[in-house]
Amino acid sequence: MLRCNEYIFAESLGEAYELNSKKSAAIVGGNGWLKLGNRQWGSVIDISRLGLDKITETDESFTIGAMVTLRDIEKHEGLNAYTNGAVKESVRHIVGTQFRNTVTVGGSIFGRFGFSDVLTVFMVMDSFAELYKGGVIPLHEFAKLPYDNDILVNIIVKKTPLKMAYSSFRNQQTDFPVLTFAHAFREDGAFSAIGARPSRAELRRDDESILKDIFSLSYEEAERAVDAYALWISSQYAYESNLRASADYRRHIAEVLARRTVASILDKG
Amino acid sequence: MSEYKNVNRPVRKKDAMALVTGKPVYTDDLAPADCLTVKLLRSPHAHALIEDIDISAAMKVPGIEAVFTYKDVPNERFSIAGQTYPEASPYDRLILDKRVRFVDDAVAIVAGESEKAVDRALKLIKVKYNVLEPLLDFRRAKDNEILVHPEDNWRSLCPVGADNKRNLCASETSEHGDLEKAFAESDVVFENTYHTQANQQAMMETFRAYSYMDTYGRLNVVTSTQIPFHVRRILSNALCIPKSKIRVIKPRIGGGFGAKQTAVMEMYPAFVTYKTGKKAKMIYTRQESQTASSPRHEMEIKLKIGAMRDGTIKAIDMYTLSNSGAFGEHGPTTVGLSGHKSIPLYNRAEAYRFVYDVVYTNYMAAGAYRGYGAPQGMFAMESAIDELAHMLNIDPIKIREKNMVREGDTMYAYYGEPANSCALDRCLERARELMDWDSKYPSKDMGNGKIRAVGMAMAMQGSCISSLDTGSVTLRVNDDGFYTLLIGASDMGTGCDTILAQMAADCLCCDVDDIIVHGVDTDSSPYDSGSYASSTTYITGMAVVKTCETLIAKLKHYAKPFLECGEEDMEFNGREIINTKNNKKISLKDIAYSSQNNNDAEALCATESHSSPISPPPFMVGMAEVEVDKETGKTELINYKAVVDCGTVINPNLARIQTEGGLVQGIGMALYEDVVYNEKGGTLSNSLMQYKIPTRQDICDIQVEFEPSYEPTGPFGAKSIGEIVINTPPPAIANAVYNAVGVRIRELPITPEKIYNGMKKK
Amino acid sequence: MDIKLWINGKLIKDSVEPDTPMLEYLRSKGCYSVKRGCETSNCGLCTVWLEGKPILSCTLPLMRADGKHITTLEGLQSEAEEFGAFLADEGAEQCGFCNSGFIMNVLAMKRELKNPTEEEIKEYLAGNLCRCTGYVGQLRAIKNYLKSVKGEAGNE
Repeated sequence: MLRCNEYIFAESLGEAYELNSKKSAAIVGGNGWLKLGNRQWGSVIDISRLGLDKITETDESFTIGAMVTLRDIEKHEGLNAYTNGAVKESVRHIVGTQFRNTVTVGGSIFGRFGFSDVLTVFMVMDSFAELYKGGVIPLHEFAKLPYDNDILVNIIVKKTPLKMAYSSFRNQQTDFPVLTFAHAFREDGAFSAIGARPSRAELRRDDESILKDIFSLSYEEAERAVDAYALWISSQYAYESNLRASADYRRHIAEVLARRTVASILDKG
Repeated sequence: MSEYKNVNRPVRKKDAMALVTGKPVYTDDLAPADCLTVKLLRSPHAHALIEDIDISAAMKVPGIEAVFTYKDVPNERFSIAGQTYPEASPYDRLILDKRVRFVDDAVAIVAGESEKAVDRALKLIKVKYNVLEPLLDFRRAKDNEILVHPEDNWRSLCPVGADNKRNLCASETSEHGDLEKAFAESDVVFENTYHTQANQQAMMETFRAYSYMDTYGRLNVVTSTQIPFHVRRILSNALCIPKSKIRVIKPRIGGGFGAKQTAVMEMYPAFVTYKTGKKAKMIYTRQESQTASSPRHEMEIKLKIGAMRDGTIKAIDMYTLSNSGAFGEHGPTTVGLSGHKSIPLYNRAEAYRFVYDVVYTNYMAAGAYRGYGAPQGMFAMESAIDELAHMLNIDPIKIREKNMVREGDTMYAYYGEPANSCALDRCLERARELMDWDSKYPSKDMGNGKIRAVGMAMAMQGSCISSLDTGSVTLRVNDDGFYTLLIGASDMGTGCDTILAQMAADCLCCDVDDIIVHGVDTDSSPYDSGSYASSTTYITGMAVVKTCETLIAKLKHYAKPFLECGEEDMEFNGREIINTKNNKKISLKDIAYSSQNNNDAEALCATESHSSPISPPPFMVGMAEVEVDKETGKTELINYKAVVDCGTVINPNLARIQTEGGLVQGIGMALYEDVVYNEKGGTLSNSLMQYKIPTRQDICDIQVEFEPSYEPTGPFGAKSIGEIVINTPPPAIANAVYNAVGVRIRELPITPEKIYNGMKKK
Repeated sequence: MDIKLWINGKLIKDSVEPDTPMLEYLRSKGCYSVKRGCETSNCGLCTVWLEGKPILSCTLPLMRADGKHITTLEGLQSEAEEFGAFLADEGAEQCGFCNSGFIMNVLAMKRELKNPTEEEIKEYLAGNLCRCTGYVGQLRAIKNYLKSVKGEAGNE
C-alpha cells in the first residue's frame, strides 16, 4: 500500500524535480508499482496537473506525455497506424482495461521493468526519453541508465518510416510475459528488442546484415534469412530462470518469437 | 418439461438482486466501524523455536490495545478443521505456539485502533528465534529425524493411523480380493507415478471475521465460513470456554470452495475480543490467503494396474503420499478420496489395494478444496487408464466402456456401497457425440504448426459423508400461511438457500416466494454439519422433505376439529386442507391465524434431521479438445464438453453454473495454478499476480449437459453437483496433450515448457 | 489534506490523510459495493469510474480524484438491476463478491464499444476475475443484455 506523509500536486516540472531530489520522495504515476512496496515515503509527488496526459502527433513525431495511460496508447489511432498495431498488441494483455486506464506510460518506462511490454515495443522505434534534467536521449540508452531523481516528461517517437511488429509469450493470457519481442525494419537498419528474459529489454541492430534487402528476396531466400536471423538474434542475449520459465526455454522461445514476428512483417509486405 | 412446479426449474437465487446491485451483505460490510484492527506477526522461518519475544516497544505505539504471544494463550491443542466431532484431523494447534512450523506461521497477535498503528507495532516486536532445520521434502518426511510435532500434548482423536513421532498424520491400507493372483493372471501390468500440486481455492472474498461481546456476555463471531457450528466448537476448544458462551453468525459469503471449511483465522479476533471485551475485526490480505491458508493437499500417487490384452482390468494397486504441511487439517480424510473415488470407477477389477500415508512437513498446512482428494486420484487414475489403453492399442473410450462401474453394482473400493443410480455409461455416450470424438480422436495436424487433439476422463464423487453428515431443518407456518425455513447449511453463493426452498415449495404445494429462508446463526438455526462434502442438496435436502411431511401431518392434525374427520380423509393442496368426504375446507391462512389465537393444541412448526448410511456418487465424463503448438508446447483449450449425472437436477441454472465454474477451476489446476515454494519454504505464489487463476480470455467454449439418473435415497432423486465438476479437466487435458504430441505429463500443471521439454526428448 | 470530489454526483469536501486509498475511502463513505480482492491490481473487484472511465480504486491514489467525479455501483442502481437481472437469470451472480466491479466494467464497456464481438468482450473484461462461474454464464448474460439493449434502441 502507498504510504506517505505528504501528497503534493506539483505545479511545475521544476517544482516536481526539486521535491523529488529528496531520497524519501517519489513521483507517482498510476501507482501500479509504487503501492506494492512497503516503504514509507516522505512526499509523493503528483505530476498529473502538468498537462502530460496527452499524445501529440505532428508530421514528424509523436510526443507521449508521461501521464498518458496504457489504455490511451492502446486506443490511439495514429500511433497504431504508424506501428501497424504493435503498440496495441504490446499492451492488450496487461491485466485488464481498468488497469490500463490506471497506469501510465511514464511509470512503465521510467520503471524499466524486466517484464515491460511497453519498454520493449517503443525501443525498436526511433524513440527518445525526454527527461527534465537529462534532456532528450535515445530510449534504448535511457533503459540502461540506473535509477535517479530525474523526471521522465515525454516519450518522443520520430516518424521514421518503419515496418514493425510485436509479440509476447505468456503462459496465461494476462500474466507477466515469459518473453517479449519487438522488431522494426527502419531506414537505418533492422532492430530487435527482447525483454522479460526476465531482465529488461535491450536493443540490438542487425549488424551482420542477415536481413539485408530481405524485401527483395525470393520467398525461400527470405525464409532462410529469417531463420538465420532468429537464431542469431536469440543468441545475442543472456537469459535467466524464474517462476514462469527456465533460461533454456526462454532462449528457445526467443528464437521462435523472432522468426514468427519478423516473418509476420514480411507477410504483410 | 419438469414434472415438478419448482424443482428442476431455473429459479432465480433468492439473494440475486441484492448481490448484483452491490448491497452491503458480506462480513466486512456489516462490521461496526469501531472494531479493533487485528493482524498477525508471522514467522520468517519454516521451522524455529521462539527463544525470546519482546513486545514492550509495540505496546507503546499510540492506539495499540493488546499484543498477544504464545505466553498468553491456552496450552490445549485443537484442530481448526471443520469436521464432525470427534474430528479425524489431529489436535495439533495452539492459537500461538512457541514452535513455528512454516514460513508465515503466526507469532504474535496485535490489536489496535487503526491499521497504521497496528502496522507500526508489528514492526516493533522483537523476536529471537532458534532456527531449526525444516522438513521440506514430503517424500522423506515419514520417520525423518526432524519432527514437525514432537510435543506431548499432540492428540489424535480417531484411529486414522496417525503418529506424531513418525511425522504421520494418517496412514491406512484397504483391499478387496486376491491382489497377487489378479496381477499374476494379468497379461500386462502398467505402473507409473503421478504428482499433483497444491492449489489455492482463491475465492474472491478472503478469510475474514469480526467479533464482539453481546448483551448476555457471550462471544459473538460473524464470519465468512462454510461451517458455523464447527466454528463454535473450534473456538470453544481454542479459547477453552464453554460452547454455550459462543454464537457464530454466517452472513453472505464471497466464495468458499472448501477453503472456509477450515476455521483458518476466526480464533484471532475472537481471542482479542475475549481478552479485551472489545469489538475486533480481522481481514486476511490476499497475500495471507495465499501463504497461510488451507490449500489442496499435494499428492504423489503410484498406480499399478493389471489387465488382459482385450482391455479387461483385473487388478488395481494404489499408493498415495499426501503432504499435509505443518498441521493436519483434513489430512486424514482428503487422502481417502484419492483412491476410494477413483478405483470404484473400474469396478469390474477382481482385486484392489489402496495404501496411503499422510505426512507432516514444514510448509503451510493444507486443507479442503473442492473435490477434497478426488481430483488428485482422478488425475492419476484417468491418466493411467489412457496410458494402459495406448499400451494395449485400444481406444480410450472402449477400455472405459469395458470396465466402468454400472448401475446395480456393489462398489467394493467405495466401502461396499451400492451404485443405486448411475448414468455414467450414458454420460460417456453423450459426451462422445457432443465432442464428435470418433472423427476427432486422436488428433489432427492443422498444417500451421499446431495439432488439435481430444482427450477424456471420467469421474465420480460422493453426496455426503455417509453415516456422519447431519442436516436439520426447521419449518414454521406464519400469518397468512407463509413459511420460514430455518437451515444450518451455509449458502456460499452456490444457492442452497434457494434450492432447499424449491424443494420445500414442491413439498408444500406453494411458490418459492412463500418460503423465507434464514441464513445461519448457531443460536437459532437447527444443527447442520455444514456445507461441504457435496452434502447440502442430498442431506439437508432430504431433511427438508422430511420436515415438510411432518409439518403437513401437523397441519392436518390441527385441522381435525375444523374438518371433523381423520387425517386419512384430508388433502392438503398448499392453500387449504380439504375433507375429501364432504369437500369441507379450511384455508392455510385460517389455520395459521387460528394457531396464533388461543392455541393450546400445537405449535405449527416442525424440525427433522437427516443422515444417510450411503453417499451415492454423482458421475460425469469430461472431454477436452486442445491445440498444441509443436514448437513452443503452448496449449490452448479449444473446447470442453461435460456430461453430468447428478441425479435429478434441482435447479438447472445453478447446476450448470456450478459445473462450468468447477470445470474452470479444474482447467486452472490443469494448466496454470501452482503453489510454489522457495528453497527455504517461503511461498512464492503469494498473490494473484504470481498465482494465476484462469481469466475469461483463457476460457474456451464449454458445453455442459445433464444425463440424470434417479437416486432413490435422495430428495426428488437428487445426488450432488458441487465437487465432482472439478475432477475431469486435469486428466482430460493431459490425455489430449498426449494425443496431440505424444508427451505424457504426469506432474501438474501442464505448462508449455514441460510439453516442449517432452517433445525435445522424443 | 483537503479534497473536493463528487461521489455518485454528490459533492464532498473532506479532509483526509494524504495516503488514503481510494477504495477504503469510498467504503467509508458508504459505497460498500466497492470490494477489495487483492493487493496487486489483478482482480478487478474494486472497479469504479473516474470521470466515466473504469479504473482500479485499489490502485489510483484518492488524491488523484480531487476535483473529479467518481461513480460506484451505488450510483448506477437502475442499470445494475437491469443488467443484474440477466446475470440472475443465468444464476451467474453466484457468490456476488466480484459482481459490483464486474458490472461497473460491463456498463463501461457498453458505453465504449459498439456491438462488441465475443473476443472483444473477453478482452475488455479480462481484468475482472471470478472464481465461481467459470465466466461462461457471465458471457451468456452479457450477450443477452446487449441484445436487449440493442433491441430497445432499435424500437425507439
